[in-house]
Amino acid sequence: MQKSAGALRERLAFIAFATAATLCVVAVLLICAFLLINGLPTLLREGPFAFIGNTTWQPATDTYGIFSMVVGSLYVTAGALVLGVPLGLLTAIYLSRFAKARTKRLLQPAVELLAGIPSVVYGFFGLVVIVPLIRQLFKVQGMGILAASIVLGIMILPTIIAVSKAALDAVPSSYYEGALALGASHERCVFSIIVPAALSGVVASVILGVGRAIGETMAVVMVVGNQVRMPVGIFEGVRTMTANIVLEMGYAADLHRQALIATALVLLIFILVINLLFSLLRKKARG
Amino acid sequence: MSEPAPPVLEKQRVRQVNLMSFVEQAVQVAEIAETLQVAETLQAVEALQVAETAETVQVAEIADATEIAKAAETVVSAKLHTENLDLFYGNFQALHKVNLAIPPLSITAFIGPSGCGKTTLLKTFNRMNDLVEGCRIEGDVLLDGDEIYGNMDVNHLRKRVGMVFQKPNPFPMSVYDNIAFGPRTHGIRRKGDLDEIVERSLRDAALFDELKDRLRHNALGLSGGQQQRLCIARALAAGPEVLLMDEPTSALDPASTAHIEELAIKLAERYTIVIVTHNMQQAARISDRTAFFLLGEIVECDTTAKIFSKPGDSRTEDYIRGRFG
Repeated sequence: MQKSAGALRERLAFIAFATAATLCVVAVLLICAFLLINGLPTLLREGPFAFIGNTTWQPATDTYGIFSMVVGSLYVTAGALVLGVPLGLLTAIYLSRFAKARTKRLLQPAVELLAGIPSVVYGFFGLVVIVPLIRQLFKVQGMGILAASIVLGIMILPTIIAVSKAALDAVPSSYYEGALALGASHERCVFSIIVPAALSGVVASVILGVGRAIGETMAVVMVVGNQVRMPVGIFEGVRTMTANIVLEMGYAADLHRQALIATALVLLIFILVINLLFSLLRKKARG
Repeated sequence: MSEPAPPVLEKQRVRQVNLMSFVEQAVQVAEIAETLQVAETLQAVEALQVAETAETVQVAEIADATEIAKAAETVVSAKLHTENLDLFYGNFQALHKVNLAIPPLSITAFIGPSGCGKTTLLKTFNRMNDLVEGCRIEGDVLLDGDEIYGNMDVNHLRKRVGMVFQKPNPFPMSVYDNIAFGPRTHGIRRKGDLDEIVERSLRDAALFDELKDRLRHNALGLSGGQQQRLCIARALAAGPEVLLMDEPTSALDPASTAHIEELAIKLAERYTIVIVTHNMQQAARISDRTAFFLLGEIVECDTTAKIFSKPGDSRTEDYIRGRFG
């Protein structure tokens, strides 16, 4: 009796866990299916290459080309990397190999807090601090690629720092001791031995950062300017794929709506490729 | 030797001076006794005897001083030397009053049971103990008569005193870059120079013929024995005078072990080698001198032949005969 009750409980627990796990996977599959079903017709009607390659986006004439927005997304993402990767990597190196225990106790939670700030707050920070600052410094309007890159650069810091630091921490101490015993200074040990040994982890952190930057919406919409055009300079505005969806979804119907969903599909493909790269790299890092 | 007189010689000189004044005083006493013509001759005789004794003492002391001078000379000619070395890890004392002189161009083996301070002493010679938090040192550790824990540059010290670790630890890069790391660290940049050093170091480590076609391959792909010889080559490439080996063969198979032992004997022609080993046969096979450690003290240190045939301390004998440890 006792035994069968235990077995039943085990069975129930198994069902509960399995259901939860299945629901997660089903959610992902449903999202993909929704995007495919709603986005694919437009993509096919316009022709996938025309849709992605055309720079004209005019819902009024039912002309849908998202090339300028793909490029816009890539520009702000690249800008975020240029600012965020060196800063994040150096912070990770500092936290992993230079900071004293006390400094680490202060800095670590601060970095983690950075990950917890809602993106609308980042956007607001960009709007009231960074945009006016750019306006003053360079005598331009202020909203544009640079502002979005700075905001995104800060937003990807926690990802880059956490993943890079984990990789740096995982480098065996025997490498460090071996280099030190050859007469190398602490700095040389770190930059010539430990960082190269952690390189695949560092690259993984950058890829995750790319994923975060390219998918970010709220903060970008608030500072990037949102003009539908090919980029003309880092101080000028562009529109990203994410911004395009969030700005027009509210009033779009029919073909226009489908074109926006197709935009989301393209974005999803970008993210999938990035995740694939990430897992390939992790597999390689594990040997 | 152009260095200032080592502390031992200085102490001996002070002692001589003290002795002199003692003899003088005794003679004076004798003289005063005579001058005052103290009635009893006996007393004068006694005073004279005191003076004589003092002289005898002086002769004995001088013989003693010669001994001291000899010892001092050993110290001066020693490559590595410790004097009254105490080492603490926090409150735990890992080494007690260690006095040891390691002659140049020889192999000195450290033997003893686990946790007796062999590796700890080894790591004081290149200051790798600095990495251990709470590690504190009292007494003197000298390299060529210079204080290792004085104002010597640590990185330069580690260039002069190379180390091979228990577990082979090649860097995750090519064979070539592994060996070139030391020279590059110390400012050699020209490719021709580096090529030459890499080849010479690999030859010295008896590895060149095996690896000459694989210089660009990742060092982590080598066998364990090759990795350890690569680590020896890497240490040699930095241009050391002393090579510290911390149980270099404990992770290797017998064939690789034999390889490394041969190599150590050959390298002792040009380098001073200190090797920690748990393998008594290894110590007997390759070392010139052996130091036996027990609970943080050196029980005795003598020629390997003597330690293994007629050790001076019964504890050494017990250990070597395998009664404990």
